[in-house]
Amino acid sequence: MSVETEIRFKLNGREVSLRVPVTMKTLEMLRDKLGMTGTKYACGEGECGACTIMIDGKTVNSCLMYAVDCDDRELVTIEGLNTPEGLHPVQQAFVDHGAVQCGFCTPGMVMQAHYLIENNPDLTRAEAQRGLEGNLCRCTGYTKVLDAVDAVAGKNTCRSRC
Amino acid sequence: MEKSATASPVAKQTLIGQRIKKPDAPDKATGKTRYINDMVLPQMLIGKVLFAGRPHARILRIDTSAAENLPGVHAVLTGKDAAGLKFGFVRDNVALKDRVRCEHDEIAAVAAETEEIARRALELIEVEYEDLPGVFTPEDGAREDAPLIREDFPGNKSLSFEFTHGDLAAAEAASDFVVDNVFRPHHVTHCCMGTSCAIADFDYNGKLTIWTQTQYPYNYKMDLAPALGIGPGDIRVIQPPVGGAFGSKLDVYPYEPIAALLAKKTGRPVKVIYSREEEFKASPTRQAAIIHMRTGCTRDGVLTFRSADALLDNGAYTSWGPTIPVIMMRTISGHYRVPVVDFKAQAIYTNNPYAGSFRGYGNVQTTYATAQQMDMLADLVDLDPLEFHLKNAQKSGEVTPQKSFLRECALTECLETAARACDYSHKRKAYAAQRDEPGRYKKGIGLASSIHNAGGAKIHKSDGIGTILKMDDYARVTVITGASEIGQGIDAVITLIVAEELGVPLEHVTIVNNDSDVAPWDVGVHASRTTFIAGNGTRRAARKAKAQILNAAEKILGEPAEELELRGGSVVRDRDGTPLIKLDRLLRQMHFQAVPELVMVTDYYEPKSEPEGAKHVSDHSAAYSHAVHIAEITVDTLTGEITVDKVTVAQDVGRVINRMGLEGQVEGGIAIGLGYALSENMRIENGRLRNACFRDYKLITAPEMPPLDLHFIESDCAEGPYGAKGISELPTIVIAPAIANALYNATGVRIFNPPMSPETVARAIHERRTQPTSDKAAIDAEGLTLKTRE
Repeated sequence: MSVETEIRFKLNGREVSLRVPVTMKTLEMLRDKLGMTGTKYACGEGECGACTIMIDGKTVNSCLMYAVDCDDRELVTIEGLNTPEGLHPVQQAFVDHGAVQCGFCTPGMVMQAHYLIENNPDLTRAEAQRGLEGNLCRCTGYTKVLDAVDAVAGKNTCRSRC
Repeated sequence: MEKSATASPVAKQTLIGQRIKKPDAPDKATGKTRYINDMVLPQMLIGKVLFAGRPHARILRIDTSAAENLPGVHAVLTGKDAAGLKFGFVRDNVALKDRVRCEHDEIAAVAAETEEIARRALELIEVEYEDLPGVFTPEDGAREDAPLIREDFPGNKSLSFEFTHGDLAAAEAASDFVVDNVFRPHHVTHCCMGTSCAIADFDYNGKLTIWTQTQYPYNYKMDLAPALGIGPGDIRVIQPPVGGAFGSKLDVYPYEPIAALLAKKTGRPVKVIYSREEEFKASPTRQAAIIHMRTGCTRDGVLTFRSADALLDNGAYTSWGPTIPVIMMRTISGHYRVPVVDFKAQAIYTNNPYAGSFRGYGNVQTTYATAQQMDMLADLVDLDPLEFHLKNAQKSGEVTPQKSFLRECALTECLETAARACDYSHKRKAYAAQRDEPGRYKKGIGLASSIHNAGGAKIHKSDGIGTILKMDDYARVTVITGASEIGQGIDAVITLIVAEELGVPLEHVTIVNNDSDVAPWDVGVHASRTTFIAGNGTRRAARKAKAQILNAAEKILGEPAEELELRGGSVVRDRDGTPLIKLDRLLRQMHFQAVPELVMVTDYYEPKSEPEGAKHVSDHSAAYSHAVHIAEITVDTLTGEITVDKVTVAQDVGRVINRMGLEGQVEGGIAIGLGYALSENMRIENGRLRNACFRDYKLITAPEMPPLDLHFIESDCAEGPYGAKGISELPTIVIAPAIANALYNATGVRIFNPPMSPETVARAIHERRTQPTSDKAAIDAEGLTLKTRE
């Protein structure tokens, strides 16, 4: 059995403390330890973006990051964007603009889109395209994803928790 | 509210052609959707598979004792546990093998309490192999002295297909121009974002429940049963949400019976899920082939014949891949008016990963050839390709040599619409004139089209669908349908049709389509059929329900049923829209009256298509459709890199049902086709896949997606729901040859061995510059016969 260690961090606004093996990746911790299955495994090698989450306001591939490195940091996953009342504007835009087909890449895509919009008030379509380069989608051809981002970008309607 | 005489009239309006949101999108966008990959059942064990990792070998010894003794391991299975349990299209596969025929052959499997234990158990299995010489191309496999991959298939011959029509020799003699090329379409794979996964569980009555990603749940039972030695009736198929399929889940693959065999052995649910690397190695491929194609025409630009002789790379086992000639030949014989046709295809067993079905199903490979040869012939005849295409385009009512009845044919309109929208003819001339001018970057424009079945394809005994529609006391509608949802959006189409027919809000429709014990039979999601077939099934069921409701309303309201309509959640007077009674109230009155009645109707819809048949002469689809793509590209002649600047699309969709879903399918289909054209390539060297990751197997990314100009031609299909045709495969089929033709326009080179990767393109440009020869220069002196170099 691998060595375990205790970590504490904030997940979607709530304090979490748990013991994790030092070899465990953040993605596994979220999915297998915490049951947060919104974040997806699709490659495990940082090449597809399906596991994108936000740590201290920056997006990362959670499959590449060790869980122990979450200690004392703030994580936001796809489950942390919406509120009980409704969808986050980026999520809603994905729904409204047909950016969701099989939806498996969607959580990671939404997280990355949210990050791009939050950090660039003048986000252009070309910048969004470039910013989503690391998020693979096999269904949509990205066009509707970019339409969704376009619809929200520059409107300053994101309610970021980060 | 009572009979609401005071309520304002409800105007007639239609949802057909509107933009409807996918009902499952909110849950998917918030991470709430529980995909099969996310599922955990109580007591569930994790199954893992030991792959051979070598392409061809005998297994001399296998020792699983150490793995069996590892704490936490519940079962270890090897070839002897699946001996004789043959499955597959020609019953040539077993879940666990006692001999290795390809790299991903499943040699052993374990079920353990955690994935980590399962992985360690695999490491403890000792296998001694004796490697055998392999066969890695269909040409090699077809040689007389080739190593035999299967004793029961002499000559390594898998399936073969043939279709001939007319006098080939006479047609050749009558041809002023003939183009003759060998095309070598390559191996690509589906790359579903959700990796392959199955969960199996047996109950103590011997019944298997399998949670799977399958896209053909009913025939799946039939195909899975022999791999387990149980009856198809003892299998219940549950289809949780899946991360894509694209044809990859149109067969049973060994991990599924492996999960079931492990579940049987352990008495517990077992989940097998692939890593991305396993997914790349063990998934089916789009079939690679060697297609020798010739097409002829007169000097006036009228097609005289098309012949094709194809060797297909079957891989080590026969899945649906080797059946693609059924569709290939429809294109050979039906892509433009071809009076004489000669088609032969032979699938050859190799030690490569084996081919399955993939969106486009043989037509991707075929159109890559036919659409380039159309372009080449136009050049030889010295006609604008648009003119050449128009000259040979079929019209409505024509019948192809295979008896595909093109009842509504909008090919001419597609050609004219796309060409006009992007100023094709003018740009083509201008770019061709600049081709040999100095300058590193060259622009090109290319036109391609194709034909595809758009109302299913009757390759089974039935191409039908069962639908059950019921309404509750609150006017909520449940549609229980065989139609599978794999992300393509049939949920939105069914919802829209129900709302259209029954006048209920979209959000009052629920679809149940994920349990074979509940929903009635359907062939599956394939052949661009689901909107067409399930759309018709849903509409028919909804109309039966509506008739029942309006007849009841006639009795209760005393107004003739034929003058009533369902709109805005009420029964209204058709002529002025006056609401007469709320629908939910009426349904309760129907339910609780002296002679009670519930609205619950059934329908089985069988399209008017003919079985494919052994001779391949039948109207096998209920509709056919065309699409035209015009690609505008920039080629970096130094690096060979192609940038696609814009794609103009004109596609005959029959009728737009859900505009947003339609656009999404076309855009996504093009993205897959772009990857096929430009970057995706399974590098299989001596049977071993060398690029089993997204870093080395390159999908199209967001910045590479060009702007698309979509034009939907509505030919109003008489058989389709509201006139609609199936749409989802043509976008993947047509784009690659459009780019290939644009590449020729820009640089004068043609690529017959896709993908048009920078390396391949740069090499071809370099060769053309060092040995300048145009198509025309290659025409041999006497007979205007062109022999283009391979």
